[in-house]
Order: sequence, then C-alpha cells, then structure tokens
Amino acid sequence: MTSQRVSVVEKILSANDQLAEQNRRILDEAGVFSVNLMASPGAGKTSLILKTIEKLAPTFRVGVIEGDTAPVTIDADKIVAAGMPAVQINTGGDCHLDAVMIGNALPSLPLAEIDLLIVENVGNLVCPAAFSLGTHANILIASVPEGDDKPYKYPNIYRGIDALILNKTDLLPYVPFDIDYFKQGVQILNPNAAFFPLSCKTNEGVSTWTGWLSSRIRHIG
Amino acid sequence: MGDPAILVNPLFMHELAVTESILNIALEHAKRANAKQVTQLHLVIGNLSSIVDDSVQFYWDTISQGTMCEGAQLSFERIPARLTCQECGTTYTLDSELTLCPQCNSGRVKIVSGEEFRLDSIEIES
Repeated sequence: MTSQRVSVVEKILSANDQLAEQNRRILDEAGVFSVNLMASPGAGKTSLILKTIEKLAPTFRVGVIEGDTAPVTIDADKIVAAGMPAVQINTGGDCHLDAVMIGNALPSLPLAEIDLLIVENVGNLVCPAAFSLGTHANILIASVPEGDDKPYKYPNIYRGIDALILNKTDLLPYVPFDIDYFKQGVQILNPNAAFFPLSCKTNEGVSTWTGWLSSRIRHIG
Repeated sequence: MGDPAILVNPLFMHELAVTESILNIALEHAKRANAKQVTQLHLVIGNLSSIVDDSVQFYWDTISQGTMCEGAQLSFERIPARLTCQECGTTYTLDSELTLCPQCNSGRVKIVSGEEFRLDSIEIES
C-alpha cells in the first residue's frame, strides 16, 4: 500500500458551471436573453416580473421559470394569467435552483417564440449565489423593509450580480433605511452593478429598469 | 454582557449540493490515480464564500459512506477576505463586517482574496 498526494485544483461547483454553460448555449442559439432573479422571500420577485411583463408585453414575449421549495403553482399561475408561458420547478425542499434544474425546464418552454426568459430563483440570499444557471445576467432585488444592512450580511450574493433593484421605495418615508449606508456596502462589493431603485406599487423607477432590460434584449435578439 | 452564543445549524441545504460535488470530484480523481482509498481532502475556502465547515462535515460523513472516500478526513484551509483600496493602495483584512478603507475611508476597494472555493488535493492509498 503506497500513499500519495494527488493534485486536483478544481472549483467545487465546476460540474454545475459546465451545465450552466450548456444552458447558455441553448439560450444563445434561440436568441433568448435570460436573467436569474434572486431575492429574499417577500422582496417582490413575482410583483416585479408581472410589472416587467406589463411594460414589455407590447414589444417582447417573456417566458418565466418559477422556482419554489414547495409543490405550489401560485407564482406560475399568475404568469400564465398574464398571458406568458411559465414553468414551475418545485425543488423538493432545496434552497436554490441549479443548472440541472434549468436544463430540464428549458425544453418545456417555447424558446423560439420568446425574447426574454426570467428565472425566479428560490427566495434566499445565501444559496442561489453559488449556483450559476447559465443566464446572461444575475439580478438581485433588495427591498426597503428588509433593512439597509443586507449587503453587509449577505456579501456573497451582491458579488456576482449585474443589476441591483431596490424595491418598495415608496416605503422610504416610513421605514428606517439609510440608502447611503446601503449603497456604500454595494460599492465595496460590486461597484459596477447597475442600480434601479423602484416601486412596483407606484411604478416609480420601473421604466428605467425595463429600459435597461429592453436594451439588453435587443442586443442579443 | 458577554458575546452571544453562536449555534451552527447543520441543515443548510446548499452545503448538501456542495458536499456532493466535492465527493464527485474526489472520486473521479481517485479513480484516475488508481486509488484504493482516499484518506484526506484538502479544501480551500475563502471567508466570503457562504459555506459552513461543520455543515459540510456533517453531510460528508453521511454521503461518503460506502465509497472510496469513506472515513477520509476533510481539511479546510480558510482564506481571509483581503481588500485593496483603489484610492490609497492600502491592503486590509476583513474580520467580520465589510468595512471601508481603514486608512482613507474610501469605499472604492477591490476584493483580492476570500472567494476561493476549490478542492486543492486529495491523499490516496493505492
């Protein structure tokens, strides 16, 4: 019996990353721009998706993949009611979506007919950050009632995002939320992320977000 | 008043997926090296990665059973989060909370380490 040390030097989630690249190729070939929408529960992921569909519907077709830990179709039903195709993934308790789940969901969507795919990740600020899905952009929704310290408490999820939405800005006069402190944390972690403060309730700021999204969709399609 | 007690919940779900990946990578490399047994795994984890060592260990003990990795020790090399200030060039280490440059108070900083997340090497018997 001989003992030896074998060099590995492999990223722990390399298998997921490879499958994510495969998903990206499928989406690229179909000319679909895709976003991975992450947030804590209650930040307004589904509200933002519905608002985004409402604004983009005249110009773009939007498909949605909904991720939830429980076997419910509450969110997917709302998307279908808004006239867009949706797939519901029940993760069976898992706290995040991964590239395998997205790869399995893609054939259920009419990719040739859609311009934008929105993946609504499981409501969680820790786990989804580690798992690439293969989408073109990672988007995080923070919301005013969650508090201004979230970048400091969940730095990981702020690192890999392309855009940050601060939802429920209509509550700023009523909730202690120091926006400068919040932005300072974001600046340390990810100075290049686009920032969209908005309110899905009053519509303030929503068109700036959908304008950014539209230009990205046109770029790929 | 003293410091609050810190409890580690071993049921963070994403550590299960992470631990499964570690096992798969280790088994693949062990097979390639014609190993009979894996005795140790050297993991390199940055402090900014949201991974709880105890939780990975918890899952490891369960999922490695019946494989070449059963009984293998996990060693975690933790890499501190280090930031370099883009204004004054100071490099500093984060203890727990994110902080501005301690020298000039700038937020224009760059993370230079702390995001490592890899399996560096395994020790095998063949």
